[in-house]
Amino acid sequence: MTTPEPHAGNVWPIWEVFVRSSRGLSHVHAGSLHAPDAAMALRNARDLYTRRNEGVSIWVVPADAIASSDPDSKGSFFESPQGKDYRHATYYTKSEGVKHL
Amino acid sequence: MSTTPETAAAAAPAETDTAGHGDISVGVKTSGGSGEATASATRITPGNALRPEDIALAVSRGTAKPSDDVAEFALRLGDDALILAQRLGHWISRAPELEEDIALGNIALDELGHARSFLSYAGGLDGRSEDDLAYFRREHEFRSVELFEQPNGDFAVTIARQFVVSYYQFELYRRLTSSTDATLAGIAAKAAKEVDYHRDHSAQWVLRLAHGTEESRQRMIHGFKVIWPYTDELFRDDELTGRLSEAGVAPQPSSLRADFDRLTGEVLAEAELEAPNVQPAPGGGRRGLHSEHLGYILAEMQVLAREYPGASW
Repeated sequence: MTTPEPHAGNVWPIWEVFVRSSRGLSHVHAGSLHAPDAAMALRNARDLYTRRNEGVSIWVVPADAIASSDPDSKGSFFESPQGKDYRHATYYTKSEGVKHL
Repeated sequence: MSTTPETAAAAAPAETDTAGHGDISVGVKTSGGSGEATASATRITPGNALRPEDIALAVSRGTAKPSDDVAEFALRLGDDALILAQRLGHWISRAPELEEDIALGNIALDELGHARSFLSYAGGLDGRSEDDLAYFRREHEFRSVELFEQPNGDFAVTIARQFVVSYYQFELYRRLTSSTDATLAGIAAKAAKEVDYHRDHSAQWVLRLAHGTEESRQRMIHGFKVIWPYTDELFRDDELTGRLSEAGVAPQPSSLRADFDRLTGEVLAEAELEAPNVQPAPGGGRRGLHSEHLGYILAEMQVLAREYPGASW
């Protein structure tokens, strides 16, 4: 048998895994894994993330296909809605005589 | 086997358990109220399936009792699965990628589960446990065919072996689900689903290695050349299988061959490979005649149980 080539550093890409449990809710992020393509990513996800009967459906998404919010923009992105009570229904008092509210 | 933590945990409550699967959920939180800060993103449930412990329990209660022929047959299938599990287990921490490491480990554990079920049932003949059969029999008492003890080789050889095994086992277990022996049918019903996935796993890799690089293709071709001589023994009938076939317990091995050839042929055609034209190995595993490899496997597998009888951890 021939000696294998030294590791060329070609690492499999990363995929993000989403699993839907049998409760019939939405898919939730379970973790990530390496795989050479989508077909193998699904199988690896099955082996890694549904070993304990966790799911009835799996999505895999190439990690670099996910655009994520910038952690440094936490203030402008996620803190500015704080204190804006008027965006919540409970801010308003029910007008008299209005039904079905 | 019974010394693994998983089994030990499941075995303890089994003595008082009369409802079947009540004990498996020990340590698993199933209430799963929404909004728990510590809850896992995904929900773990034990599921409901026939487990080796259920069979051992049925055997000890006398509700499942194999005939001589059925026990011998269960021993054959159990030994096949046990030896393959031991072989595959050697890949753990050595597979080409972490993900594949776990995939092979999962398959090994599936096979070990089948082995435990079949051996627990086989032991019902004379009161031996799965551990007695796995750890305290000698080489000539094992009934596995030579294919299962073949060395792992490189990854392609392991995939070639797994490809042959899973397509064979699927055809066998699929037919065993309608066995007149209810316990065999029950074990096969669970095993067939698992082996179906093993087929997919190995077929995926056959295709990728065959269509990958020139190196991977050559290795896949080499893998099949090494493994193929041992396929013939899987499909040989003998007196036992003849009697079992007449009783509706199990199919004649030769009757699986056409479906095996057709289905493996489809994958090989897609991979642009051909089944190697090789002389079949003489075989003899069903009569206790094994290749030079089995003794070494048993030595490693049995040493701890024999050095420290009753050891648990």
